[in-house]
Amino acid sequence: MGIKRILLKLSSHLDYPLLIMLLILMLLSLFVQYSAGNENTTHLLMQGGNLLIALIVLVLVANISPWHLLSLAVPLYVGGVLLLLGVATFGDVINGSRRWLHLGVLRIQPSEILKIAAPLMLAWYFHTREATLRLADYGIAAALLALPVLLVARQPDLGTALLIAASGFYVLFFAGLPWRLFLGSVALAGASLPLVWHFLHDYQKQRLLTLLDPTKDPLGAGYHIIQSSIAIGSGGILGEGWLQGTQAHLDFLPEHTTDFVFAVFGEEFGLLGNILLLLLYLAIILRGLILTDRAPNLFARLLSASITLSFFTYVFVNMGMVSGILPVVGVPLPMISYGGTAQLIVLLGFGMMMSANTHRMLNKS
Amino acid sequence: MKSRVELRHYHTDISDFRRRLLIVTAGVVIAFVLLIARWVDIQILHHNDYLVQAENNRISLIPITPNRGIITDRNGMVLANNYSAYTVELTPSKIANLNDTINAIAQLIPITPVDRRHFFKSLADNHHFASLPLRTHLTDEEAAKIAANVFRLPGVEVNARLFRHYPQGKVAAHLLGYVSRLNDADITKLQSAGRYDNYRGADHIGKTGIEQSYEALLHGNTGYEQVETDAGGHAVRLLAHNAPISGDKLTLWLDSRMEAIAEKAFGDHRGALVAIDVHTGGILAMVSQPGFDPNLFIDGIDSTDWDALNNSSDHPLIDRALRSAYPEGSTLKPFMALAGLHYGVRTPEQTIYDPGYFAFPGSSHHYRDWAPNGHGTVDMHKSLVVSCDTYYYHLANDLGIVRMHDFLSQFGFGRKTGIDLEGEKPGVLPSPAWKAKFSRQPWYPGETVICGIGQGYNLATPLQLAVATASLANGGMVLRPQLVKRIVDSHTGIARDLPTQVVGQVNLPPDQLKVIVDAMIDVTRPGGTAVGAFVGAPYLVAAKTGTAQVVGIRQNEKYHAADLDMTHRDHAVLIAFAPADAPKIAVAVLVENGGHGGTAAGPIARAVMDYYLLGKLPAPAPQTGGPVHGH
Repeated sequence: MGIKRILLKLSSHLDYPLLIMLLILMLLSLFVQYSAGNENTTHLLMQGGNLLIALIVLVLVANISPWHLLSLAVPLYVGGVLLLLGVATFGDVINGSRRWLHLGVLRIQPSEILKIAAPLMLAWYFHTREATLRLADYGIAAALLALPVLLVARQPDLGTALLIAASGFYVLFFAGLPWRLFLGSVALAGASLPLVWHFLHDYQKQRLLTLLDPTKDPLGAGYHIIQSSIAIGSGGILGEGWLQGTQAHLDFLPEHTTDFVFAVFGEEFGLLGNILLLLLYLAIILRGLILTDRAPNLFARLLSASITLSFFTYVFVNMGMVSGILPVVGVPLPMISYGGTAQLIVLLGFGMMMSANTHRMLNKS
Repeated sequence: MKSRVELRHYHTDISDFRRRLLIVTAGVVIAFVLLIARWVDIQILHHNDYLVQAENNRISLIPITPNRGIITDRNGMVLANNYSAYTVELTPSKIANLNDTINAIAQLIPITPVDRRHFFKSLADNHHFASLPLRTHLTDEEAAKIAANVFRLPGVEVNARLFRHYPQGKVAAHLLGYVSRLNDADITKLQSAGRYDNYRGADHIGKTGIEQSYEALLHGNTGYEQVETDAGGHAVRLLAHNAPISGDKLTLWLDSRMEAIAEKAFGDHRGALVAIDVHTGGILAMVSQPGFDPNLFIDGIDSTDWDALNNSSDHPLIDRALRSAYPEGSTLKPFMALAGLHYGVRTPEQTIYDPGYFAFPGSSHHYRDWAPNGHGTVDMHKSLVVSCDTYYYHLANDLGIVRMHDFLSQFGFGRKTGIDLEGEKPGVLPSPAWKAKFSRQPWYPGETVICGIGQGYNLATPLQLAVATASLANGGMVLRPQLVKRIVDSHTGIARDLPTQVVGQVNLPPDQLKVIVDAMIDVTRPGGTAVGAFVGAPYLVAAKTGTAQVVGIRQNEKYHAADLDMTHRDHAVLIAFAPADAPKIAVAVLVENGGHGGTAAGPIARAVMDYYLLGKLPAPAPQTGGPVHGH
């Protein structure tokens, strides 16, 4: 049977522990979206579609040879950066920032591409320079990273810029960034904070200030934080039960299917649910780190590390923001939040990870 | 250093990589522990706070204003009721620019400058309200126009509200009073009385008259709807419904037709009338003229209307029956005569000679009788029939002020009657003790003398006179006058008749009382001072006329030069009860600057008595007003 052979072949490059945990997360996502979307079946089916597409992409990408991934790194990166430049000149302004680009019927957000393209590029870079790695290479890699980060930050989309920066930084870190450079750059970043503050937009400053005291502006910038804290806090230990939460259903929670969906989860499933969800995320991250540890080559190691830790970063930044300990930045909760692009990027990353870890790279060490 | 090739040792490389992996893993765990700590904080430690906030977010109480109690007269004629009308209301806190919003509304429905002024005035006056009406009494079409546009007018709402209406217009305006918009002062009062919770969502309160004194009963109990609201404040689901309880229905003793007859009988005169049921103290009519239309006040009175009412030298807003005290004049004489009999200072047969004046021995100062040449030999009967002043100068002098005060005070003079209205004046029943309170002067014997004819310091409200007259009619019972006869609980339908309240009993031996009543009957017969008004009456009337000198009465405004003469004329006073042989009704009438009591006040009392005792209607029938639709 041809189909059976194809399926067998496709399934041979998957990491089942990781895949099963991701599937559990997807199932959970459907439950949470059903509740957060006010039991709207269309909404549920849309999310199901998003996840299915992402899942197919994962399986397909996992079967691409890492060589192809390597060869895709530069074009993807260059294309992504060009698109970012395009956005800066021709992009649509939505909600005061220039993030979207119209390509005929397609409207894309190039910054999302960079979430994958940037670490891929850096992993490629270090992979090709592996034998002759110099200190200067870290500088070049940092510059390659800084270019898209600055372009995205200028849109302005500080959240995504930081996520891209983080994904690239993880590559640098695991490529052996010397500790003195690491600590030095941390110190430099710390020292430049006042300067960064100066360049922040007012609304960004407001978000940071609001985090310190959300009650100062309860109907403005503090509203998100107050309302999501209320929702989670009112959930208590056991939560109010699936479909029983009130805050999201009554629209007190803004963006309660997308970035703030965790507040719905926290209200309905309580502390217990939160911890179980967190443990699931932790298990996925640990599995990712184990794969990283077992990775057959530098490219696979760096890519796996970056993808796993970016995943962690999304989880932590989103939950921290919704729980009121991090500023409000537009980061969805991986797999749970409603959305197509975000899920696609995450599963695409995991697919690349599986590809890099299950294919033998015969021509290299 | 910078250009040197990094030494690459696979094992050190890998161990460094593993070390970094472990560090990062530790970082992940720490970050997640931080999250868990935060959740423990908000989901366990502060769970209750957040739960309360969530409930506050979610649940709101929408007050439902109860229907205000209806007021009817004794025959079921409606004096105050409610009707529903659309209002367009603005919530200033939700509106960025009030003027822009009002302009936008004005493009849909007519908004007059008066409406705008009104709105901004009540905005300045009322800080307790979330929303304020811009215009009331919208037509269905206007309401629909606004309702269709509220989506683009945030903070604008069309609501159906209940409005108070006084279908009889000016009739009985003073005693009914009126409701008007709650203001900050009302709210402070309600709050200190602990009743403000019952006024959530309410916007009117009784300001004067029965509307004020029976506010607690008329208002009813505010109901609540506990609703789940979404973030936009829209009610999503009804959680609990606590129905409002309508205010109690009040039935008055008043006969509104008689009230209208009495008001009409005053013509253009200012004055007051109180008619009282002599057995129960029920107020059958209580007139103060000129009056006003209480409907003007409900929505906040227009400033031109207010100026017209408030600045008029006729003072139409003052309830003269209750709040204006006048000298009793000669109407005090029957009570004086009873005092003489009581203390044994006079017998009915005892006479004095009236040369036209009274003078203290050795004094050339004459206290003059109204008849310059006097009445000759006068006994008690004649003293009342011809209203001889000299007789009462002597009597007062013989009684002395203290005994006069003690005896007369039994009839309620100098003291509030306790009627079920607020703002009643106690009048003045003078005594040396009373005088010592407000001046350091001693009491002079001459003051006693003029007090004997109801002048001097003596002041009584028409209401007090009516109550005192009723006690002559019923054999000495002093009753507490009452406007409200019956209270019907709107919720249970249970009616409760208010009991007659006897506040005092004057010891009036029948033989003594008969002397007085007989004389008062003769007042209405040929030779008496009130014969003109009561001639031909098929029932027996006992009456006493009086003229109250205006001198000494405080006059607040005198700037109408043409009125000067008029306002210095004597007030006409008359007290009467009928049928004298089986009394039912007692009446006190005062006509300001009316001159003689018999001619000015008598016909008014006659009209009231004819209607009450004979059912006789003077033509034409009293007018009743239709519902007022503003704008």
